[in-house]
Amino acid sequence: MSDSLDYSLAELMIVAAARLWRDDGEVLATGIGAGPRLAAGLARLAYNAGLMLTDGEAYLVEAPVPLGPREAGYRVQASGLMTYERVFDCVWHGQRHALVMPTQIDRFGQANISWLGDDYARPKTQLLGARGFPGNSINHANSFFVSGHSKRTFVAGEVDMVCSVGYNPAREIPGMRAFIDLRSIVTDLCVMDFGGPAHAVRVRSLHPGVSLDEVQEATGFALLAHPEIGVTPPPDANDLRILRALDPHDLRASVVRNNPAPRRA
Amino acid sequence: MKTLDKQLSARDVVAQLADGMTIGIGGWGPRRKPMALVREIVRSTLKDLTVVAYGGPDVGLLCAAGKVRKVVFGFVSLDVIPLEPHFRRARENGAVDVWELDEGLLQLGLRAAAARLPFLPTRVGLGTDLLKHAPQMRTVQSPYGGEMLLAMPAIELDVALLHVNAADRMGNTRIDGPDPFFDAWFARAAAKCFVSAETLLDTLASEDLDLARRNTFERSLVSGVVHAPAGAHPSSCAPAYGWDLPHLKAYCASAEDPQQTAAYLRDVVGVDEAAYLQRAGGPSRIAALPLPIL
Repeated sequence: MSDSLDYSLAELMIVAAARLWRDDGEVLATGIGAGPRLAAGLARLAYNAGLMLTDGEAYLVEAPVPLGPREAGYRVQASGLMTYERVFDCVWHGQRHALVMPTQIDRFGQANISWLGDDYARPKTQLLGARGFPGNSINHANSFFVSGHSKRTFVAGEVDMVCSVGYNPAREIPGMRAFIDLRSIVTDLCVMDFGGPAHAVRVRSLHPGVSLDEVQEATGFALLAHPEIGVTPPPDANDLRILRALDPHDLRASVVRNNPAPRRA
Repeated sequence: MKTLDKQLSARDVVAQLADGMTIGIGGWGPRRKPMALVREIVRSTLKDLTVVAYGGPDVGLLCAAGKVRKVVFGFVSLDVIPLEPHFRRARENGAVDVWELDEGLLQLGLRAAAARLPFLPTRVGLGTDLLKHAPQMRTVQSPYGGEMLLAMPAIELDVALLHVNAADRMGNTRIDGPDPFFDAWFARAAAKCFVSAETLLDTLASEDLDLARRNTFERSLVSGVVHAPAGAHPSSCAPAYGWDLPHLKAYCASAEDPQQTAAYLRDVVGVDEAAYLQRAGGPSRIAALPLPIL
């Protein structure tokens, strides 16, 4: 019985995220960060055998590489090459679905990992830089993974620096063609999508014991509810077996603060 | 007939640089950075540099030493330590100008310069704040159907600095790690390219033709080669050695205040590369640094 399984909130989130790649066919599945990377590996093994993964360095692999220190004698088996230059080529061609963890996300799905504040010349907090967000967001499918659902992440107004293009009509340039394809946001409270009118953010499912009011309270912009909003489907035994094998050092325990269990419904 | 011998010392390379130059630096984050050459810049009187890079400790160290006027970048990160503290401090103090780019846009800018073109068209960057903060980036309308695209301007470099696994005196180079990154585009976008190498040979010529596949740009692009064993330290140089995490942590801690930064520059970078490497544990310790597991 699946409801007798023992799993953490992080595991619930990672499994929900893995299922996002289910119908993607043969695309490069990229998960940045421990939770997203585990989700991509689980997706390849449990939900979509066509997915392409890398070893995190330069090689394509058919068996996801476990996280952290490896057993003696473990060798990566490469089936192909995916250098950063080739990643860009793949991005621009569109055959990729990335799962990333932005610092800020706004109601348009615009995202920021570059800096915080209101002065480009002197940011309050310098973060990473835009990295690949501009190119990723205009070229291929993207989903977001947020381990602490709050108004600090889901901001009112626009993000401080728009690194990722979203569905903001004010930022469309006449004549531009954009392959924007924002899929889902998996947080520690819920799963959301961009399926509302004009791609408005909707709550698709709530994690056990979480209310829509609570999600709205933790979000800086107005949310819609999916007409068939439900409870986030739990992991099954196969998910958990694969996930734990991919993460022998339990790095997923640090995905959500204090590594809680899901609430009781 | 005069034969080619491009060997230089790191000091010779820095002597060919000038204040205000635009310098591209190869590698990626904490990987295969020409740190021996970067440290020689830190030891020099050079200033007001524009640095173009997929940034790691190269950008951070040059910012820490006050050598930088402007950074052109897609990111600055040590990966295992996501935020580069010296770059961060320079930014938060408003001490450096920036031209922030997407990683792929940076490559396109180098490719445009490499092909002697004014720009390359792309969709990347449209709809983002990259354009708002860099008004020199303009859009262009396609003559084939009218699509509006970003015209990514050429990023012309005065000099490119790279680090490779092996080179010869003629300027042939070999990158043995799994990813050559964008070093070839830096070499091609630059008026002059200087390469430091773990191993410097009289010739790379070999019957093992597979080795030649690790050559990613031709020697005519190379103005000088520097023998610099462990020259990427504290960044990694796969497959030879990994990054030096304890050293990187100490380097990051020195961003805490100007006194500690000055102490790092004075006592760790010092005035001499051989002494630096000894302080870092010597070539044998560096050669034994494990490759990172990701």
